[in-house]
Amino acid sequence: MSDESFEPTVIGFTCNWCSYRAADLAGTARVKYPPNIRLIRLMCSGRLDPTFVLKAFSSGADGVLITGCHPGECHYLEQNFKALRRFHLLRRTLQGLGLEPERVKLVWASAAEGVKLAHEIASFVEEIRALGPLHWGGNGSNQSAVISGQSTAHAFKEVPA
Amino acid sequence: MTQDNGNSQDVQERIGVYVCHCGTNIAGTVDVQQVAEWAATRLKRRGVVIGRDYKFMCSSLGQELIENDIKELGLTRVVVAACSPHLHEATFRNACQRAGLNPYLCELVSIREQVSWVHTDKVAATVKSQAVVSGGVERVLRHEPLEPLRVPIHPATLVVGGGIAGIQSALEIADAGYRVYLVEREPSIGGHMAQFDKTFPTLDCSACILTPRMVQAGAHPNITLLTYSEVEKVDGYVGNFVVTIRKKARKINEELCTGCGICQEKCPVKIIDDVYEAGLGYRKIVYTPFPQAVPKFPVMDVENCTYFKKGTCKACEKFCPTNAIDFNQQDEVFSVEVGNIVLATGYDLFDARRVTNYGYGRLPNVFTSLEFERLSNAAGPTNGSIVLRDGKTVPKAVGIIHCVGSRDRNFNNYCSTICCMQGLKFAHLVHERTGATVYNFYIDMRTAYKAYDEFYQRVLEEGTLFVRGKVAEVTDVPRIKDEEGHLIIQCEDTLAGKQRRIPVDMVILSIGLQPRADAKETAKKFGLSCSADGWFIEKHPKLDPVATMTEGVYIAGCAQGPKDIPSSVAQGAAAAARVLGKIQQREMALEPVRASINQDQCSGCRICNNLCPFNAILFHDDRMVSEINPALCQGCGTCVAACPAGAISGTAFSNEQIMAQIEGLMLLNVGEEITL
Amino acid sequence: MSKYLLYPGCSMETSARAYYDSLKAISGPVGLELEEIEDWNCCGATEYLGISLTPAYALISRNLALAAQQNHGKRAVVAPCSACYLNLAKADYYMREQPTLATHVNQALAAGGLSYTPGSLAIRHLLDVLIYDIGLDTIKSKVVRPLTGLRVAPYLGCMVPRPDYEKRWSDHEHPVELDLLLKALGAEVIDFPLKTHCCGGHMTQIGPETAFELIRRLIVSAEAHEADIMTTVCPMCQMNLDAYQGEANRYFGSAFKMPIVFFTQLMGVAFGLDPKDLGFGLELTSARKAMSRVGVETPEPPTSAPRPRKDSSLPMPKPLPTKADLAEKVEAAK
Repeated sequence: MSDESFEPTVIGFTCNWCSYRAADLAGTARVKYPPNIRLIRLMCSGRLDPTFVLKAFSSGADGVLITGCHPGECHYLEQNFKALRRFHLLRRTLQGLGLEPERVKLVWASAAEGVKLAHEIASFVEEIRALGPLHWGGNGSNQSAVISGQSTAHAFKEVPA
Repeated sequence: MTQDNGNSQDVQERIGVYVCHCGTNIAGTVDVQQVAEWAATRLKRRGVVIGRDYKFMCSSLGQELIENDIKELGLTRVVVAACSPHLHEATFRNACQRAGLNPYLCELVSIREQVSWVHTDKVAATVKSQAVVSGGVERVLRHEPLEPLRVPIHPATLVVGGGIAGIQSALEIADAGYRVYLVEREPSIGGHMAQFDKTFPTLDCSACILTPRMVQAGAHPNITLLTYSEVEKVDGYVGNFVVTIRKKARKINEELCTGCGICQEKCPVKIIDDVYEAGLGYRKIVYTPFPQAVPKFPVMDVENCTYFKKGTCKACEKFCPTNAIDFNQQDEVFSVEVGNIVLATGYDLFDARRVTNYGYGRLPNVFTSLEFERLSNAAGPTNGSIVLRDGKTVPKAVGIIHCVGSRDRNFNNYCSTICCMQGLKFAHLVHERTGATVYNFYIDMRTAYKAYDEFYQRVLEEGTLFVRGKVAEVTDVPRIKDEEGHLIIQCEDTLAGKQRRIPVDMVILSIGLQPRADAKETAKKFGLSCSADGWFIEKHPKLDPVATMTEGVYIAGCAQGPKDIPSSVAQGAAAAARVLGKIQQREMALEPVRASINQDQCSGCRICNNLCPFNAILFHDDRMVSEINPALCQGCGTCVAACPAGAISGTAFSNEQIMAQIEGLMLLNVGEEITL
Repeated sequence: MSKYLLYPGCSMETSARAYYDSLKAISGPVGLELEEIEDWNCCGATEYLGISLTPAYALISRNLALAAQQNHGKRAVVAPCSACYLNLAKADYYMREQPTLATHVNQALAAGGLSYTPGSLAIRHLLDVLIYDIGLDTIKSKVVRPLTGLRVAPYLGCMVPRPDYEKRWSDHEHPVELDLLLKALGAEVIDFPLKTHCCGGHMTQIGPETAFELIRRLIVSAEAHEADIMTTVCPMCQMNLDAYQGEANRYFGSAFKMPIVFFTQLMGVAFGLDPKDLGFGLELTSARKAMSRVGVETPEPPTSAPRPRKDSSLPMPKPLPTKADLAEKVEAAK
């Protein structure tokens, strides 16, 4: 279901060393992406507590984008692998809660990949727009989210190095 | 600017919100005045007592605004909406500190890189800025005053790599009066520079300028020279590293050896030396790599030694006048404590056999640049005669090919910086020594630094022939009578607009530089990362080329990227200066971004113990609780997220702060809904 | 037995008959099961692609579409001819890279009730399959008459190792596959520096002088390395060096007699098969002398008197009668 005039709100978690710098680089390069995303800076993608994602959704976000350093390039050596493990578990949990797992996406972006990150943000916003508003219940509408039976085959997309 | 002097109903804090115009960078897209007013009115109930907008918040006047408001309005928190925290977080924190407010109670949120520079819709950008400010306000309400952690800096330094960059670093730190451990993998220090003949553009003899430094480093009372050694493990953190070093067994007792060289003379076995002589010369099994080696002690090549393979010979032991040969000597493994580390591990050369159309390895008279250096070197395998592979014929025509393995998408995409000057140097040497006709095949001539272009002009005037074009093939298959018996260079002469086949006797490939084959492993050992090409990554490519993301570890020389000798020396000196600066201060303030465990809440499940890559979490068996060492903790927060009991909290990035930021970003505490 | 779909190509039954015969002869011993693609058509060789891309690719892809229909249980489509191999691989690659091309080609194929999904077939050259699938060990085990003492120049030609879309070859300038195969047969392989240089291709029809020069370079190099015989994988290379050697000799005034045969023919000899079944005798530059070095008698190629060249020169005036002629005339009149 999609609503043509619907503007999704997406929360993005970035890591201080790679993806936040990539977002800064996108800014310095003046690459444009939709204003629907609002970024939060963490020190590391490993800091991401899955409850943050649930908090974001329950606060009214329609999608959550998780970003971090490429595997093997984490500033804290290997913590992005832990983020990856949590991400997969989180997806399954969300599905069990009745949320479309496609509302959460994991993207790796190194500090040099500003343009790629901007493109990822733009395409994710469109994906969320196509999924429609989440209507978690706090926003006045009592329409429940569609339970998606789709597979998690394209759980995350790697921004190629 | 709007202000309210009374306290708000919901919170106790008094927050100042400052929105920067940054000229038109932000103000051109975001209605900054409106954002400041909005914060002061709509977020009043969240504690905002003043909202200001100003042209350049980072200027001294801008900072003074904040400082004055802290003093006069009794602000307890500050939110600045401007550029990226990577640029000015420290600026605003320092301003707060000067006014008497704990710097960690200030939050800088980005509405430039992440809003005004990336969005075109002004209305949407303004609303997003409001959301970002709201997020910052909610977050900063949960900030706590923090003090940086002070750690002592051990005055000793570890320098890894005894090439020119490492030697320079070591000498400068040692001259300042501090101990240096200089670790080098090969039996002698000197690095690649010890293999060269002459250096461009001055044509100084390489060994002549290098060996005095080597001797100085070897004799310096403050330098502990550890050659034929490698670093095995690095533990600890800036100011307090514990480094485990393996000193490989030379099989020579250094206390007794006088460096007389009789063992080397008497050793009956000769093998090809493919390290120092680039495969063109020979060495014995007991050997010093070159006569001016520092230290003077030889080394025994255990893999090829007759005694170790068959149990016979022992000629070296028989003839050693001081009984210094010790076949039973074992590797020594020990640890040293240092405060800082300089990595100057140098480069490897591109393997020219990969470019099959240039025929290196198949056609005898195709040489690499390093092989040519050895030929040209008076102490080399031909005593300085430039001859063909048969060891006697002097070439009458020589072709020098630039950019072999560099600037090439099939191999390495980058430019290796030194190959053009190297090719010109070879052209000059060949002219001088043999009088042969010399052709240089280049794509672009890169002669950027001091006296480099003048050198190019000199080589031009000497009569070297330059062909601008990529060489397609080096072949020995003649097409016409005049080509018989020669190597033919088939190339494109772009300036003449035609293909050419040029017969020569000798071809020299100016091969590119590559990161060391084990660079990635080394990086992991020291907590660094490598770029996509494999060089060590510096903290900032423009403004901080010798520091790395890991505090206390510096890089210098070609390990950071291809460069010439003057630049390597400069970087070695720069790294030394940084280290000396740290040592001088005696202690260092670490950012207080780290985790701590509430031991009352800890259930002893130990899930966090294995999550920490810095081994910062210890477990107390007696009390069955975990504890975090604040000096080792790097503040990544993975354990905070993992603790099932919620017993671990992270300063500066706590759960409360982030949850609050999410609420703020979603404009939940503002009251009425804002539609996009 | 490894099953493959065979795309023979037009030359197999005509100018490269020796290749086809020898391939059929050796495929049994090495365990190569070849099933010919039903109703295959010409691949268009090198010309058609220079004229019009979409019809050219459609022509090639019809073969791929037919092969796809027969693809059950087969490992790959195998083409012995280098140009056919390159055309099939190229069509598949470009249709994968450029979806618009795939659409247009499939529109054309649809007219014949066919379609092809790019990337759904593996396309391999015969040499690649023999070395990497069958394996040198298997080939070596079938050798009963090693070609000891026969100096062979491995001439791979230009179309096989380049552009190498699937990265199958050891090197693009000096690949070692053919060398290794010949060594496995026991032959003495020379380090032929021009092994991937051009033979002239269709320049023999379009610009003969250029072709002759290219042919001359190859043969001179082989001779300089004292090769007894050259061997190749491509029907065009074989034809150029074999059939046009005579013309090249006439052009340069040289006297080359370098035989060139297909590598499958040498495989067959090493396996102990009868040379007549391997297409020996079909070559124009006789391989008899070379093969006698390994004690193998091959039939002599048919020699025919050179075709009388159409004389287009103008008649010369008759010479002046000499005294002797006049005396004869007088005598005859008596």
